[in-house]
Amino acid sequence: MSAASGIWARRWQRLRGHRAGMASLVLLALLLLFVLADVPLEAITGIDPNEADLFARFDPPSWAHPLGMDEAGRDVLLRLMVGGQISLLVGLLATLLGGMIGIAVGVAAGFWGGRLDALLMRVTDGMIALPLLPLLIVLGAVDLTKIGFSSEFAHSGAAGFWRIVVIIALVDWTAIARLVRASTMQIRERDYIRAARAAGAGSWDIIATHILPNIATPIIVALTLTVGRVILFESVLSFLGFGVVPPTPSWGNMLNNAQELVTTAPLLAVYPGALIFLVVMAVNFLGDGLQHAFDPRSEQPE
Amino acid sequence: MSPLLEARDISVQFPTAAGLVRAVEGVSLAVQPGEVLALVGESGSGKSTVGFVLAGLQTPTRGQVLHDGRVLDRAVWRQIRREVQIVFQDPFGALDPRMLVGDIIAEPLRLQRLGNAVERAARVALLLDQVGLPGEAASRFAHEFSGGQRQRIAIARALAPKPRLIVADEPLSALDVSVQSQILNLLKDIQTAEQLALLFISHDLAVVNHLADRVAVLYLGRLVELAPRAALFAAPAHPYTRALLDAVPRIGRKRLRGQGVIAGEMPSPLAPPSGCVFHPRCPQAQAICAILAPPWHEPRPGQAVLCHFPLGEGAQ
Amino acid sequence: MNRFILRRLLQSALVLLVMSFVIYGLIGLMPGDPLDVMVASVPGVTPEQIARLRAIYGLDQPLMLRYFHWLMAALQGDLGYSRSHSVPVLAVLAPALWTTCKLMLISFVAAVALSFVLGITAALKPGGWLDGAIGLVAFAGISVPVFWLALMMILVFAVELHWLPASGGFTVGDGGFVDQFRHLVMPVTTLALATTGGFTRFVRASMIETLRADHIRTARAKGNPPSRVVLVHALRNAMIPVLTVMALSFGSLFSGALLTETMFAQPGMGKLIYDAILSNDFNLALSGLLFATLITLLANLAADLAYAWLDPRIKL
Ligand SMILES: Nc1ncnc2c1ncn2[C@@H]1O[C@H](COP(=O)(O)OP(=O)(O)OP(=O)(O)O)[C@@H](O)[C@H]1O
Ligand code: SF4
Ligand SMILES: [Mg+2]
Repeated sequence: MSAASGIWARRWQRLRGHRAGMASLVLLALLLLFVLADVPLEAITGIDPNEADLFARFDPPSWAHPLGMDEAGRDVLLRLMVGGQISLLVGLLATLLGGMIGIAVGVAAGFWGGRLDALLMRVTDGMIALPLLPLLIVLGAVDLTKIGFSSEFAHSGAAGFWRIVVIIALVDWTAIARLVRASTMQIRERDYIRAARAAGAGSWDIIATHILPNIATPIIVALTLTVGRVILFESVLSFLGFGVVPPTPSWGNMLNNAQELVTTAPLLAVYPGALIFLVVMAVNFLGDGLQHAFDPRSEQPE
Repeated sequence: MSPLLEARDISVQFPTAAGLVRAVEGVSLAVQPGEVLALVGESGSGKSTVGFVLAGLQTPTRGQVLHDGRVLDRAVWRQIRREVQIVFQDPFGALDPRMLVGDIIAEPLRLQRLGNAVERAARVALLLDQVGLPGEAASRFAHEFSGGQRQRIAIARALAPKPRLIVADEPLSALDVSVQSQILNLLKDIQTAEQLALLFISHDLAVVNHLADRVAVLYLGRLVELAPRAALFAAPAHPYTRALLDAVPRIGRKRLRGQGVIAGEMPSPLAPPSGCVFHPRCPQAQAICAILAPPWHEPRPGQAVLCHFPLGEGAQ
Repeated sequence: MNRFILRRLLQSALVLLVMSFVIYGLIGLMPGDPLDVMVASVPGVTPEQIARLRAIYGLDQPLMLRYFHWLMAALQGDLGYSRSHSVPVLAVLAPALWTTCKLMLISFVAAVALSFVLGITAALKPGGWLDGAIGLVAFAGISVPVFWLALMMILVFAVELHWLPASGGFTVGDGGFVDQFRHLVMPVTTLALATTGGFTRFVRASMIETLRADHIRTARAKGNPPSRVVLVHALRNAMIPVLTVMALSFGSLFSGALLTETMFAQPGMGKLIYDAILSNDFNLALSGLLFATLITLLANLAADLAYAWLDPRIKL
């Protein structure tokens, strides 16, 4: 146990030495508090972030609405908070789902090798070669009723949310897959895997107890960087109208009308984008910090 | 007495980008219960590969492995899995860095579904004691231990399911000289106490002389001589065995680790020489050696040699 | 070499073929139906008439068959009619392709140049304040949403300062070189800035790596800043992987171009595809997407070949 805490204590120590990484961690914590603050705020003020008031369009900031009202007369601050929850959640879920696809593909290719590896890597290379955004747009434009979903579901907010999670995951797993494959191949020939085989372990035992724990470190780093990319994808798709659909806010779709509004209410165009920028930047710096903290060169016990 | 494990005419080939690597060619070998069989040969002679085949970690390209007279396929291997365990050369790569030592040692028990968690913990404590490590080692990680201690952990893991045979693949080579004899004695003690059979892979003939009951000599994937220890050291019948023995330092002389003593390099297993594969380096070689593969001879009872002109044959 | 090229060509062709099928299938899943528009312009069409029309246009056939017909036609250069532009798809596609290539190439060259300056500067003194500042800028480039960057550029330079036109490829009635240039400034800057971030990090990492290796090899200049010779040498070594990565990022460059064009209303492929999808112009969207894929594949192919050609370690 001292060693487990030993490894993680050392890593934590190194992360703390990484100023940008620590700053991002703090920033992310603050942003998380910010997006979650809508719950108490709504409870106290009784304002509904989805309630439009056409008489309050573009109202300037006031005590009740510190950032003013948007083009439909909704409270901008609250919508930024709720939209942030959606954007961050999409970021996390799509990363996890895509990560699972990537890990499955990478482990299968790296562990079993041979023809399976060749096939999976051809698919991965093919995916990497594609221009992702056009593909995402087409996927985002797919009419869910045509693939068997009820019209009711297809037009619900939940469908918009899950659709974007799934399509991003379907497209953004290749980096993880390659990384996992390379790490798996490195570990596959280790003697402790042979020893496990001699002790009667099957392939699944070995993957679960030896491979996955030993490749977790690079995966964590890569997944962190993926979160940033996914949040960018979400914002783009929602912005173009193929992602999270209003009235559910997301930082991306809050910029939907921003292009026309840039002359009348420029700040409405500034806020959500700045928040996306900030979050993605922090996530990327955190990934950099983790990479530094998990660096195998400093991993060896002293 | 029927052998515990028997390899019958096994060959192992690896297809690589450079061609077919013939790592093992037609090796037949039997391990008797409770005996120490040493497997010696230069680096690349196929010792590990033979060991892996006998430990069920490598399926032979040709030939069979038999256990108590039964041919081992995948299904039978699963049944007798616990009977054969393995100890590796590099104690750093042999222990999962993400697992606690206790979990590492208990892994064979867990996989074989032997005992419940409490019983396994008790067995781990016992095993740690047996290999000379404190009980609290169970709750630490492998990298907190020295090379010798790690090798003890690896031995404990191999002992855990009460095997009948342990394949030890150069278990001393990666250790400091000062530690080697400790681990060697530990292996010897355990082997005697548990009446284990040991397939001891090594290129250190001094150690082999100390430990083995019988010795098998591999050259370029072929078994070239198989004899009781005393006979082999006293009167090697194969020119290659003789060359190996000549390379062993006698007391007071400086150690010359194998290299430079036998003329020339071992040929590539990609393109083995014709006839007797040893002929390009053999001081005894005659014209026929380059053409015809030699047959087996039995110059003395229990001693088998693969050579056209075994040593000591005419003299005796 | 020729075999390598041939294999990569076949691979790319296969990816393109698979993608054409996937996109064909996906486009069919988009809302609406190719008949909708036709029907909408003729009041009082009966369901029977619609069914007859379906049969005539082959829309009642299974997906595979429709795809096959489309593929056959496409291979003969017939990509169909654009519904929203009322001209053959190729007639709309060609000028858009040119616009996009112009935007991508100029931005690419600008990004490469900028990233080399920044990356090398940062690599000269890793850990220095300049390195930190450049790292911050690079991270900003990676992290900024491209469309928002475009929006902010419009806000500052078009709306507030009135320096540059906010949208379009040229001013009606002008269209001279200077006018076109002014229209390109913001799109190119946006795309280049967004691309430079990632590139800079590659250049920096690669330079540090080679500098380190060179330092060790030459074993001099310890502590001193690298001499000019070392620098030039390292640069040459660092170039190969960096340029490959850059060329391989054409896919994301295209994604960026799509956004930039949409934001600045440039009549390029990106905007074309986007508008085509929004207006259910199936043929145009399909062909546009395939051309986008084709461009990316060709860029990757070129990168691979250049890499194989430049790097002596890769045997063809
Ligand atoms: N997986 C593999 N793929 C290709 N060739 C292999 C593989 N495993 C072993 N070989 C080759 O087979 C031959 C025998 O290897 P093996 O490891 O059995 O030798 P060894 O006697 O154990 O050598 P050492 O003393 O170095 O451990 C060598 O030439 C080796 O390169
Ligand atoms: S067969 Fe000939 S070459 Fe081979 S070992 Fe015997 S004497 Fe030497
Ligand atoms: Mg070996």
